[in-house]
Parts: sequence; structure tokens; C-alpha cells
Amino acid sequence: MNHAALAEDFIKDKPRAKWHDETLWFVRSKRDKAASALPEWETLRECAAQIKAHTVANLAHYLEQFESQATKRGAVVHWAKDAAEHNQIVLSLLQSRGARRLVKSKSMLTEECHLNPFLERNGIEVVDTDLGEWIVQLAGEPPSHIVLPAIHKKKEDVGRIFHEHLGTDEGATDPNYLAEAARGKLREKFVQADAGLTGVNFAIAETGGIVVCTNEGNADLGVSLPALHIASMGIEKLLPRAEDLGVFLRLLARSATGQPITSYTSHFHGPRPGAELHIVLVDNGRSDILGSEEFRRSLSCIRCGACMNTCPVYRRSGGHSYQTSVPGPIGSILAPSRDPKTYASLPSACSLCGSCTDVCPVKIDIHHQLLTWRRELNVLGLLPRSKRWGMQGMSYVFRHPRLYQWAGKLARLIVPRLPRFLLYNRFNAWGRQRELPEFPRQSFREQYEARRHEQQK
Amino acid sequence: MSSRNSILKSIRAQLLPAAERPDLNRDWLRYPDPWAQFQTQLAGVGGQAVRVANMEEVTASLALRPEFVAAKEIVSTVPGIAGNIDLESVQDPHALETTEWAILPAQFAVAENGAVWVTDQCVKHRVIYFLTQHLVLVLPAGEIVHNMHEAYARVTLGESSLGLFMSGPSKTADIEQSLVIGAHGPRSLTVFCVGD
Amino acid sequence: MPTVGLFIPCYVDQLYPQVGMATVQLLEENGYQVEFPTEQTCCGQPMANTGCTEQARPLAERFLQIFGGYDYVVAPSGSCVAMVRCHYDEYLEDRPGFAELKAKTYELCEFLVDVANVTRIDRAFPHRVGLHQSCHGLRELRLGRASELMKPDYGKAQQLLTLMDGLTLATLARADECCGFGGTFAVAEEAVSSMMGEDRIHDHETAGAEVMTANDMSCLMHLQGLIRRQRKPLRVMHVAEILAGRSV
Repeated sequence: MNHAALAEDFIKDKPRAKWHDETLWFVRSKRDKAASALPEWETLRECAAQIKAHTVANLAHYLEQFESQATKRGAVVHWAKDAAEHNQIVLSLLQSRGARRLVKSKSMLTEECHLNPFLERNGIEVVDTDLGEWIVQLAGEPPSHIVLPAIHKKKEDVGRIFHEHLGTDEGATDPNYLAEAARGKLREKFVQADAGLTGVNFAIAETGGIVVCTNEGNADLGVSLPALHIASMGIEKLLPRAEDLGVFLRLLARSATGQPITSYTSHFHGPRPGAELHIVLVDNGRSDILGSEEFRRSLSCIRCGACMNTCPVYRRSGGHSYQTSVPGPIGSILAPSRDPKTYASLPSACSLCGSCTDVCPVKIDIHHQLLTWRRELNVLGLLPRSKRWGMQGMSYVFRHPRLYQWAGKLARLIVPRLPRFLLYNRFNAWGRQRELPEFPRQSFREQYEARRHEQQK
Repeated sequence: MSSRNSILKSIRAQLLPAAERPDLNRDWLRYPDPWAQFQTQLAGVGGQAVRVANMEEVTASLALRPEFVAAKEIVSTVPGIAGNIDLESVQDPHALETTEWAILPAQFAVAENGAVWVTDQCVKHRVIYFLTQHLVLVLPAGEIVHNMHEAYARVTLGESSLGLFMSGPSKTADIEQSLVIGAHGPRSLTVFCVGD
Repeated sequence: MPTVGLFIPCYVDQLYPQVGMATVQLLEENGYQVEFPTEQTCCGQPMANTGCTEQARPLAERFLQIFGGYDYVVAPSGSCVAMVRCHYDEYLEDRPGFAELKAKTYELCEFLVDVANVTRIDRAFPHRVGLHQSCHGLRELRLGRASELMKPDYGKAQQLLTLMDGLTLATLARADECCGFGGTFAVAEEAVSSMMGEDRIHDHETAGAEVMTANDMSCLMHLQGLIRRQRKPLRVMHVAEILAGRSV
């Protein structure tokens, strides 16, 4: 896939691209407002970064502690090496209990594993109950943002989707009306469900519990009626102790949407009486990233989406232009880790502005890792030939000062005299929307040298 | 080798630099008037916090609401507030789908973010917290902490199969970022703080 | 008299000599002896940023060799100085003289504020100025407070500009959003790059800026390219030019 081409497509509808950019910038500014209300914001970030570094450095220990504690509480802990194994475990749990209807709250891990199509192929009805996820599910699209899945949809789009699938009034766009229709339909699904699946925002090793955060209450509704609760969890979601949650719950919602906390922050310890809780721990490449000194810190990610909201490129190209379950800056580190060939263009979908690193609640050095990925891709031979040759050529010129000076002099002599059609054509990407700089007669060093001469006289 | 063992083996094979846990014993933000902070925060997320002297005042306050007065199915597990559905005698939680009002206990409030801590320890069917159309939580007066660090010092995670921080009614902004109160869960949340 | 090795970015040398001359003037009038080592060409950033680190390596080594002997090294560019201070470690770590080189290499505004202690500029610039916060200077060198961070506000370029008579700073809607240049990004992701630049320009126009300025001529080259194509009246000047008293 090529991010630049997909981004160009996205921008073709300029008013829509501007609307997308402004909508996400607004979420960034809400984050700023919420963060500024806590004088200890930067201290919290530092604590969170250290807690995650400590957890990752002792991951095996904490995983075993979590498994032991969770099991004591009556949960069943499963381990899945990869996406396929995760999907099979979930399917087996459903099939063995005769469950045909599943309700799901938001889980980017299950997107990563492509769980929905797998379950549907095997005769399970899957309903994504997060409203944004349900909208894109009905539209037959993947989510475009990890926290705001339908951020790319206008209310007119939602009105059309709901008219087609729910029978709401044609042309209706009022969010209250549309949300009310969704409420009615989804509550039916909660009541009819045989099983509920959630993701896991945080898991606590010390207590064996899992934490799920929502605004809609859909996770709680989804698992409190059916007798089976399946929780899918990446192994990096662990925290050592309950008190660590104090730090993370103060950072998460403020970073994600500018709220002090989500409406529901649910801590599940074992199943409720008469029901079952199954927790599926998933590796799917995470233990490989663990071994990388450069990219290990990307495992600290708490999936808040702040990097996406602040990224000037993401805002102007949309989540779908990344073609991966987690898009944006952090996704541009994670996706190449899994498949460098397919995602080679992602680390360059970035101007290295560094805003992502400064908003990240766990202080992942996102833009530095993106830069490191560019080097890795070069080493893997995945850099486009034109870039490689261009840089080899430039490096040669820059190693030879007199050649460099002559090249500059030649350019300054010739370029101003070239006719426009030679300078501005389809070979000149710079010139599509920009004028080339004016080429001066003298370079700085020539002027400086001339001045030095004058002064010596 | 089981997936469990191969994952753990794979993790243990990596040489990782040691990293210490940070000390979380710090002077975290506290408020001069925690109740006022709580009220403001809860109002900001579409909920309501009301201070009352006793249970009679709770009943009186609820009686002023037309939707409460007209309600046909009310669950209450709070002594002193009458409901007409006995939660203990409900066998199947699915039957609670038509509950209009639920008056339930909460343990303490968090000033920082307008949240209250509730657990499923004293309710037979925890889904009632989410399935009801309107939710009323009752807190003993003075049960309030300043921030989330104090909150986690106060709870004992694992005591109940579900413990949650609830801040406001359910909501969503998934339709073009327009805030809609009352997504899938309760449409309203009122927190009564009872006593001196 | 302490000597300053003048480090002029390759594109400033070839395309914007006036920025280099203004830099020389500012350093000399603050009492520094300036030398321009002619062997210099480029810091290697374009190669490093494209992942071609082996092509950047010899340029890093040249840089240490050429500039190692000066008391200070000053450049009118945040991104070039960030390359030396933040990204040369992988080429020159433990090399003799490298730690010292990092400690004495400065971007122009931070040099004038932190080393030259400039507190007066007896010049007028009676215009409304939009300060574009070039990203590398802001988030790698911390020349100012990035809006993402919850810290006290400060900014070295601001500090110097506001010393000038009649100069007012325009208040932008997005204080430090990236302009979209990003090196080869400007060409490889041209559509996004141009849209980002357009949005910056629009912000400055809405804020009433007459002149747009920045620490990095690379940002300004890209923005000026867009401005000229659209024939907009917004003027573009590097901070060095404004501080040195050039007129609009």
C-alpha cells in the first residue's frame, strides 16, 4: 500500500479533508484544556512511562502473577501466540456453549486479529456495540480511528446508513434522533446476546483483574446479561499494581478526548455468580517487539489516540489511508513491525514534527522511532530506488566541497533562465502547488568572500 | 510446547534493561472544596449531584420529577426509598430490561472527575446499573476523596466481581462529535449525598 | 574574543545568502569574531531523514573535523543544529571532541539569548509578525514551549523579536502546527504537505500577520513557494533578517 496515494485521494475532497482536520484538531484542543487542569500533568506522564518500562522489563513475571490471581478469582486464562490462535480460542468458547449471537465492545486487538469476519464465516452473529464501531460495521468499513471509529463520517452519512439498516427516516441527521434509534436496536441485541466480548484497557497483575473503559456503558451491558464474558487482551496491557491505575486513569481519557474520565471505568475480577469470564492473552508479535531496543517503547501504548488527533498528517489523510487496525503515528511504528514490506510507506507519512511524542501520555518517542524505521527499511532494502540513488548522489556531492559549489553555481546560473514549462511539469512534484525559490546570483559564501576581500583592502 | 510456555519463553529470552517502579507517594492535586469540585465535574458530564439531609428529602426530590412519578417499574435497594420491584426476587436479569428507575447505593465520590465508586456486592443483578433508563445513586455524606490516587488507596480491588467508577449518565459523541446524553446505558444520573 | 564557526545550511548558502549575511552581522555586532570554514557543505540531515544513515555518516565526520576547533558553532537553523545535537550520536559517540561540539553548537536565537545575553535591540520593525514555530527547533532543541506540554511558556525567538520597536506578534489559532515541509516529505507526500502549508498561511493571514518569520528557512521556503504561487501579499523573512534590521 502507498500512504501518499491514499492521502492524495482523501484530499481531493478538500472541504471534507478540512472538516476532518478541524474536527480532530478540536479533540486535540480539548485534550490541552483537560491536561492543563492538572498541575502534575508532566509528572503523571513521567510516572506512566516508568511504570510501563518497569512492566515490560518484568513482563513474564507479571503475566504469571496475573494468570495466577485471575484464576484464583474464577476467571479462565488462555494464551494465544498469534491472531489465528486467538480467533480459534474465541470461536471454540462460543461454539462449546452453543453461543450464536455475540456482542462486542471496542477492541483494537480484535480488529488486528480480524476476529469479526472469522466468526461470521463460522456462523456467529457479531454486533459491535460501541456506537462508532457499529456505524462502520453497518457501513462495511474498518474503523478509521482507535477511539473515535466513525470520526470520518458526517451526520448525513450516519443518517443514510441508519435509514438503510435501521429504517430511520430518510434524510434524518439529528444526532439525538439517530442515537435514540441506535439505543433501541442495540439494547435488543444486548438482551438477545448469548455472549459478550470486551477488550481490556488495563490488566492488574497484583489482583488478577481487568479494566474496561467506555462512555456508553456498552461493555457493561454486553457482559452483564449473557453468561459468558470473553476478554481479549494484548500481553502489553498489564500493569503491576492497583495503585498504578491512579496514574493511568488520570491520563487516559484526558489524552483521548479531553474528558477527566470516561463514564464507565469497570474493574472485572472473576465472573459474576453463575457466569464465566475467559481472558485471552495475545502475543501476535509483541514479544518480538520486546526484543528490539529501538521499538520496545512502542509497547507502552495505552491506545488513547492522542497521537492521531495531534498528527497534522493523520488529520489530513484519514485513518483509512494507513490501511491497518491502528493507524496514525503509533500505527506507523506497529504495522511495519508486523509487515515491513506492505507498510514501508508509513514511517515516511510523517514530517517528523514531534507533536505525537509530546502528547503521548506514556512518553513514547514516537517520531524518533519513525525515523529509526526509515533506517531499518533501508537496511531491509525496502527504500524506493529513487530515494536511495538521490541520497547517494547528494552525499557524494556534499563530500566534495568544490563539486558542491560548482553544482550550486550552475543551478543558480541555469534555473532562472529556464522556461516555465521545463521547470513546472509532472516531473516536478514540488512545483505542483508551489513556486520554486528564487535562485540568487551569488551564494552566501561568494558574498561573504567578496565582503572579506573588501574589508581586507 | 504450549502457547503459554512458548510466549513466556520468548519473553524471557529477551535481555531487557532493568527499570524501577516510580514512587507514587506524591502531593497529588487536592481541592479546597471537594464537594463543589465533584458537583461541577458531574454537571459537566450531564449528571447531577444533590446534597440532602436525609432519605425523606431524596424521596421528596424524586417526587418532583414527572418521569419518576409516572414510572411503572422502579427498583430500589436503598433502605428508605421505596421501589416497586424487588431485585432479590428477580430470577433472570433480562427481565430488568423494562426498569425505568433504579435507586442504588454508591460507596464514595471522587472530586477530581465527578465519579462515584459502585460495586455489585450488594446487588443481585449488576446489570441494573446499566439497563435502567434513569439511575439514582445514594452516597453517605462525607464519603469523598480528592483524586484517583486516593480513590485507589480506598478501594480493595477484587472484593467484588465488578467495581466501577461511574461518572455521569451514559453518553456518546460518535455522530459527528455531537454530544448525546443517554447512549446505551442510563439517560440520567443523579447522585444524592445524604447526611451531614 | 571568542570565535564563532559559522555553520550555514546548504540551502541557505545557495538560495538565501541574505540570511547568512544577516547572521554574520548579528554575531559581529555582539562582539564575536566570525569565521566561515569554507570546507563545510551539509550536516547530512536529508540523508539521515530518509533512512540513508550510511550516506549521512561521512558528512557527520566532516562536520566534527571542520567545526571542532571553534569556541562556538552557530547556525541560523533549528533543524541543522538539532541534527548535530540530537542525531549525530549514532555516528560520533565517544569520538574525541564530539561531546564538546554538541555543547557548543547553537541555533542563532538561542545563542543570542543564552550566550550573548542580548537584552536590547535598538531597531524598529513596526509590523505585525507571525512567528512560525519550526518543529525541530521547538521540539528537539526546546527553543520555546511546545503547546502540547503543560509547562511555563517561553520562547527565544519571541523574546528577541519583542525587543524591537513597534513589532507586534500575531496570535495564531494553532501556535505550533507543522508547516508540512519535512524534507523529502514535501515532495513524497506533496498533497498533504501543500495542504499543511496552506493551512499555516491561512492562519497567519487570519491573525493579521504582515510578515511571516521562523528560525528555519526550509519551512519558509516551502511556505513562500505556496504564497508566491497564490500571489498572496504575505511577506516572508527569516528571524535573522528581522533582527538585523532588514526592511520588509
